[in-house]
Amino acid sequence: MMLLPCPWCGARDAGEFRYVGESGTRPDPATATRDQWRRYLYFHANPRGWVREDWYHGAGCRRYFTVGRHTVTNEVRTARGRS
Amino acid sequence: MPTRYSAWSLIRHGVSGDDWPPILRQHDRRESYDVVIVGGGVHGLATAYYLAADYGVRNVAVLEKSYIGSGGSGRNTAILRSNYLTPEGVRFYDRSVKLYEHLAAELNFNVMFSQRGHLTLAHNDSSLRTMRWRTEVNKLQGVDSDMIDPDEIKKLVPYLDTSNTTRYPILGALYHPPGGIVRHDAVVWGYARAADARGVHIHQGTEVVGIDVDGGRVTGVRTADGHRIATGAVLNATAGWSTLISDMVGVRMPVQTFPLQAGVTEPVRPFLDTVVVSGTLHVYVSQTDRGELVFGASVDPYASYSTRGSLEFAEGVAGHVLQLMPALSKMRLLRQWAGLCDMTPDFSPIMGPTPVAGFYVDVGWGTYGFKAGPVSGEAMADCIVNGRPPEIIAAFGLDRFTAGRLVGEKGAAAVGH
Ligand SMILES: Cc1cc2nc3c(=O)[nH]c(=O)nc-3n(C[C@H](O)[C@H](O)[C@H](O)COP(=O)(O)OP(=O)(O)OC[C@H]3O[C@@H](n4cnc5c(N)ncnc54)[C@H](O)[C@@H]3O)c2cc1C
Ligand SMILES: [Zn+2]
Repeated sequence: MMLLPCPWCGARDAGEFRYVGESGTRPDPATATRDQWRRYLYFHANPRGWVREDWYHGAGCRRYFTVGRHTVTNEVRTARGRS
Repeated sequence: MPTRYSAWSLIRHGVSGDDWPPILRQHDRRESYDVVIVGGGVHGLATAYYLAADYGVRNVAVLEKSYIGSGGSGRNTAILRSNYLTPEGVRFYDRSVKLYEHLAAELNFNVMFSQRGHLTLAHNDSSLRTMRWRTEVNKLQGVDSDMIDPDEIKKLVPYLDTSNTTRYPILGALYHPPGGIVRHDAVVWGYARAADARGVHIHQGTEVVGIDVDGGRVTGVRTADGHRIATGAVLNATAGWSTLISDMVGVRMPVQTFPLQAGVTEPVRPFLDTVVVSGTLHVYVSQTDRGELVFGASVDPYASYSTRGSLEFAEGVAGHVLQLMPALSKMRLLRQWAGLCDMTPDFSPIMGPTPVAGFYVDVGWGTYGFKAGPVSGEAMADCIVNGRPPEIIAAFGLDRFTAGRLVGEKGAAAVGH
């Protein structure tokens, strides 16, 4: 079991959340080239270590937030709300 | 040269009581190899075997950081089948099943391939529709695959609850008679032994920590114990760890690593002689020759390199299996484990050359790559020798993601196997 610190609801079981994936900057769809868009969609760092990633609190406040998580130990470090 | 296994050698060893020779020899590392394969799973070992057996390329090293088969190849649920959804996929996996059918004879190693039939259950209209589609694609490719109704399902697997009063009634199934299970460790050991016999060096306990590139070409690899091995061709066959290896040469890959868990029960008398899969319930079940039931599910819900088992898995798999076969409620789960899966966006592998000359990948095996070991080894050996991918893997190149030519196996791979 892993606890995730929702900035609005506090620490909750990871089962309440949906994993969104590594945080990235979404290119502007109006100006992005196909190559940029596909790289944004498909290519991620997949590090063995700390990663910044987004979660969605589906069974709670239904808001998105960002955490830092270690992909080997699953230790979670920070939480920040996302607008 | 290791001794050939035969009825005669069995009797001779039985009478003399001599030890069997180890299946692998230990070698000193050479300064350089024609081909260095990173990863001693079924993919790396099969590639080494076909390089030596089909092309006479014997100056090959397989570098494995732990022991051979310590990755996904020793942790999977060993289901083999070829009833995929895309023509590219069906052709490819079918070649693998064909190679598996003759593998024991080819490798002189009993891999215990049991073609007991594979059953994918449909619990709703959309699964039935996808299955009809799959059946037609399969038939067009000459693969034995058909839809059957609940009465026929009940005859094949009497213990399945085919009543229509369950939460997810069984409406039909995709039946694939050539599918089945294999002894996964035997496949790993068989390829390793046959590659070793042809002169391939298999170095266990040898971790690759760097790859040297000069002028856009691979020139060597570096190992954790401070050695450098010169080579002009490196194959990344490390499945769940594959982005870490590609990062060493700056090749980005659309791969995310997810744990996948499996579990096994105490052994009982044989009662289940087909492989049963339910995509809707995210569960698959088969019975081993020893009588244990092997359970699998879908990948953990978030990316990770952790191989810890979870209570959520045990709870989920037990609940789902009981929906399918309520009679199993008294059985005990003996143990559970996890392995790492390299997931791609389209559930198809990534195979072939990369922008770095001499750096090849055979990755993206997700939850379904064990069955592809033989065909991948054959195709990657061809690709390395001829410098370009053979037809059978042409659709699986790394460039498909930026070119927008995905090979969507998603519909067929909800539970992977
Ligand atoms: C629980 C589970 C069930 C599965 N069930 C099925 C199934 O029923 N059917 C099916 O077809 N597939 C299944 N799979 C998927 C299948 O196991 C894998 O796709 C397949 O084994 C991949 O083989 P491989 O040789 O590419 O990689 P692996 O067997 O994972 O081998 C990669 C090797 O690379 C080594 N390595 C990593 N980094 C380094 C380094 N830096 N230096 C040297 N060596 C390194 C690792 O130690 C490892 O031994 C399952 C997987 C799991 C986890
Ligand atoms: Zn919340």
